[in-house]
Amino acid sequence: MKYIDPHIHMVSRTTDDYRRMAQAGCVAITEPAFWAGYDRCSVDGFRDYYRQLTDTEPKRAANYGINHHCWLCINPKEAQDVGFAREVMSIIPEFLDAGNVLGIGEIGLNKNTKNELTILGEHLDLAKARNELVLVHTPHLEDKLKGTLLIMDAVAESGINPDRVLIDHVEEHTVGAVLDRGFWAGMTLYPDTKCTPQRAVDILERWGTDRIWMNSAGDWGDSDPLAVPKARMEMKRRRHPASMVEKVTFTNPITFLSRSPNFHLDD
Amino acid sequence: MCASPSDALNHTEVVDEYFLEHRAKLLDLAAFLDRLDRANGSEEDDFRITHLRRGIALLIDGQDDRTRRIQLLLSDQTTEPMEQTPIQGAHGAPPQADA
Ligand SMILES: [Zn+2]
Repeated sequence: MKYIDPHIHMVSRTTDDYRRMAQAGCVAITEPAFWAGYDRCSVDGFRDYYRQLTDTEPKRAANYGINHHCWLCINPKEAQDVGFAREVMSIIPEFLDAGNVLGIGEIGLNKNTKNELTILGEHLDLAKARNELVLVHTPHLEDKLKGTLLIMDAVAESGINPDRVLIDHVEEHTVGAVLDRGFWAGMTLYPDTKCTPQRAVDILERWGTDRIWMNSAGDWGDSDPLAVPKARMEMKRRRHPASMVEKVTFTNPITFLSRSPNFHLDD
Repeated sequence: MCASPSDALNHTEVVDEYFLEHRAKLLDLAAFLDRLDRANGSEEDDFRITHLRRGIALLIDGQDDRTRRIQLLLSDQTTEPMEQTPIQGAHGAPPQADA
């Protein structure tokens, strides 16, 4: 059965991962721009990264029959220096018309600071002006609740329709508010710090399967590029129907991502 | 969209399916607290451990919605954005133990 991993950082993963994901049924991925594990020290460092996301990585994915798409931004961890963040943001429009760019992301907050909020607001203005979809990163651990609420208020202030915004890394204490306010929600399956497959399926049982997807957010840290197929097995373990598995891991991502004209799947 | 009530795992099946993995997690938690007891250093609990002990109390208070309530216990409940950030990462519990 086919699936989509709508949030994974393949620049940090090997071709073995691509192969295993393809063998498990992955037909498409979307890769948000993120923090490399260290702060990049120049605008050109970001230009090279955007070239990697829009040119190199799609070719690497295509070798395994996987459609690669991406999202562009300066991530919130590097947004504390507002002047530098603005310089980086000024080059993003050069890349927005590349064929695999779906929108702006993963923007959001890290430590819920005023400077991060300033740059979040300016990314939202860019998305609004260009009519781009938005993928949002919510903060980790104790900062998630507060950050998620601040982010939803910032989107409301921007005037962007929440139906064009996916708020990622939701957990039990944030998913209800995200869905109630009309946003799409993403659950991230991470070994220690986010949802396990079991808890992700609990969330589906409690909050339903509309406007929600799951992803591995596989990256350079301790993460699992096969987390989505593992969550599919967890749904089957609980005798949930194949239609539910397909909805959450395939058709829901297609519904949201197809709002960008650049999203495509091979037949 | 989820399994219909007649298809969903019943109480006994949930126990059969999940008991052993959660038995192991209970022992992991106990072993972690024992390890802390054996470790040299502060007699006072770190704020993270204070929160962990409060979370354990929530597990057996007889109320439902335990996961969400523990998430809230482990969350920064303030609402104003910060001027500066003391650290880049996160602790896993709000630094003020009485928050
Ligand atoms: Zn990410």
